[in-house]
Amino acid sequence: MSQRITINPITRLEGHGKIEIFLDEQGEVRDAFWQVVELRGFERFCVGRPAEEMTRIAPNICGVCPSAHHMAASKALDALYGVAPTPTAKLLRELEFNAFIIEDHYIHFFFLAAPDFILGPDASPAERNILGVIGSLGQEIGKQVIDIRKRNRDIIRLLFSKAPHPEGGLPGGVPRGIAEEDRKTLMATADDSVNFALFALDLFKKEVLGKKALKDLILSDAYALDTYSMALVDENDRVSFYDGTVKVIGPDGREFVRFHPDDYLDHIAEWVEPWTTIKFCFLKQLGWKGLVEGDDTSLYRVAPLARLNVASGMATPLAQKEYDLFFETLGEPPVPHTLAMHWARLICALQAAERNQSIVRDPLLTSRDIRNMNLKLTRKGVGCVEAPRGTLFHHYETDERGILTRVNLIVATQNNAGPICLSIKKAARAFVRGPDVKEGFLNRVEMAFRAYDPCLACATHSLPGGIPLVVNLRDASGALIRTLTRD
Amino acid sequence: MGEKPKIAICWLGACGGCDEAVVDLNEGLLEVAEAVSIELWPVAMDFKYDHLRNFGKNELAVGLVSGHVRNSEHEEVAHLLRERCRIIIGLGTCACFGGTPAMANLISREEILDTVYVKAPSVVNPLGKLPQPETEWEGETLVLPEFMDHVYALNQVISVDYFIPGCPPPPELIKNGIRAVLTDDLPPKGSTLAPRKALCETCARNKTKPIRLEIHGPIRRIHEVEADPEICFLAEGILCMGPATRTGCGETCIKTNIPCRGCFGPTPGITDPGSRFISSLAALLKVGTTGDPEAVMASIGDPVGYLYRFTHPVSTLGERCLRKATEETP
Repeated sequence: MSQRITINPITRLEGHGKIEIFLDEQGEVRDAFWQVVELRGFERFCVGRPAEEMTRIAPNICGVCPSAHHMAASKALDALYGVAPTPTAKLLRELEFNAFIIEDHYIHFFFLAAPDFILGPDASPAERNILGVIGSLGQEIGKQVIDIRKRNRDIIRLLFSKAPHPEGGLPGGVPRGIAEEDRKTLMATADDSVNFALFALDLFKKEVLGKKALKDLILSDAYALDTYSMALVDENDRVSFYDGTVKVIGPDGREFVRFHPDDYLDHIAEWVEPWTTIKFCFLKQLGWKGLVEGDDTSLYRVAPLARLNVASGMATPLAQKEYDLFFETLGEPPVPHTLAMHWARLICALQAAERNQSIVRDPLLTSRDIRNMNLKLTRKGVGCVEAPRGTLFHHYETDERGILTRVNLIVATQNNAGPICLSIKKAARAFVRGPDVKEGFLNRVEMAFRAYDPCLACATHSLPGGIPLVVNLRDASGALIRTLTRD
Repeated sequence: MGEKPKIAICWLGACGGCDEAVVDLNEGLLEVAEAVSIELWPVAMDFKYDHLRNFGKNELAVGLVSGHVRNSEHEEVAHLLRERCRIIIGLGTCACFGGTPAMANLISREEILDTVYVKAPSVVNPLGKLPQPETEWEGETLVLPEFMDHVYALNQVISVDYFIPGCPPPPELIKNGIRAVLTDDLPPKGSTLAPRKALCETCARNKTKPIRLEIHGPIRRIHEVEADPEICFLAEGILCMGPATRTGCGETCIKTNIPCRGCFGPTPGITDPGSRFISSLAALLKVGTTGDPEAVMASIGDPVGYLYRFTHPVSTLGERCLRKATEETP
């Protein structure tokens, strides 16, 4: 008899989703589906709002990565108003954004991912969580994790009011500067963040790479996937978070395209499937080819592994050493191993911390020149950042008063939607066999999506209205082309 | 020592920010974990809904529930939590008032779908495919939750015992709320576990507010001005929701030099913060110098987006929409 296994809700991620696994009569997996079930809305209800309010509304898309939306919104406002932030404003924004990358990567690694590695995929579900991790590693390490996360979030609060939901970025600047007396605390946080990043990497090498079973899991075919990869790179082709050029490489490692974020619509498109609420991103030039990997795919991955695969290196020295070790251990880029994303994530956190070490020592940081008021409304702006979960685009258009007439968002997890579905299918095929499936094997399936650190609140920003009853398709003149109805 | 009290931390239509706020208890989270047994927390723990279903009625001491209700799964989980928990605390602005995503109630579902799945500039959808409640796949059915007509605040779907507002709620308020439950030191049901004053009363800029506050000329938008970090925003002609908003947030936005947008919801006794604010604003506007009251009102630009950014479903305006939707449901 055929069998169906439902994992609901999927856990240790941000947002709502479930996994359906269908087994045949021999107990083999026929197929598996990663379904996003949440629907909310921003693109439509932001229309009609004053554009400058987007740095206060867009962060509410996500409580885990609000800083990414805040910064993409700030940059879209710069473009919309044809203005560059002052050097001090740019430093302050970068300081905050790096602090966010750090705290966000650690909440993922320690709170969401580490239970599978520190306690193991087969640990009891009751213990497989951060409290179990602290129990295993000891209170002292637990307190260090909490402390470094808190202090980096304090930087977010200092500059933009709240964490979560920083707000208030303005076209051409930031709403407040910082005082010279803040610098000492910021320096201590940045220095300790570098030390902690090195500690976290050592911990990963000892507790994960140092254990054969876990290293084998990382290297297994069950968790390998061949797709294109996308990330922002700086002018030296290094990993970049706040700003840069979008670079895409193929499954063979060769550069496929490099483009300015303003041109995202020429390169990225979204596909709709009826069984999930998430839209699937693909490379527009290749066309939609379905949920396939390898030479025939048009899917690409974003996030830490893609970043390392795409860039020629890291932008800071200690992170560069780790980058070299990463590829020495796992082979030439592009590394296909999905679980290696955890290691790459910790390397990215190190770069962010090192970069903040420089920023906090920059004399310009405390200048009062925090706003460029030379605003000229251009009526269109695209803002792009390398968010923790991958490349993020905000695109705004306005009327002559700066009131939004169009909002389009391509968020990090959407970029990864197709690859996550494929990773789930491969893991299910490798680990699940009916009729009696141990919980630990279902957890191995969940580990396939966890590596991406998906954020489903972000990914479903687009649709608050829900499943349709009737939709009328109209042409530009408003004439009815077709009516779509729900059966 | 008896068994630890059991608690659930769960999100419905939420962004995860309230869960982050729980993690922001920092070392306090370890103390909470010592004092209670967490039986559901999807963002951080691996218990599934079936684990919660296995408990008896009222077996859990408290459920901290964030997010609004928008689909059948949110509704089902909300009812499940209500049945299993003796006390339900609505955590955060979405649970208390609907939150930012409830601005979607201003627009029809069909229009949103058309925008997102057909007109969005990045979408390639030649067959006009849309997510469906049921999709057939090789004799099997893939199911998505049924979606409701509007976004609802939590207490419009289940009874809620206490409310902790904020986007996000400050960790201190969460901690105090949990402590109040554990020590059985609770105010009457229906209370909001936050200060009862208006934001202006605790705002450091209040001392710069003139005794007779007057706004002359058009409302100024925040990006157009270099706001003085000391002066009351309203006195500078910048919209600030402080007068109609409950305090308890620590005035962090004001300290960052950006005005209040009202995420803590209305002050006690006000059912409709938007209409209350607009009537006070009308009293402040002195248009004699400009001569055109309509131009001043028009300068607000987006009244509904300022006045009901977080509270649309529970406002007079929003409740009317919800009532209409309910009446129209066959």
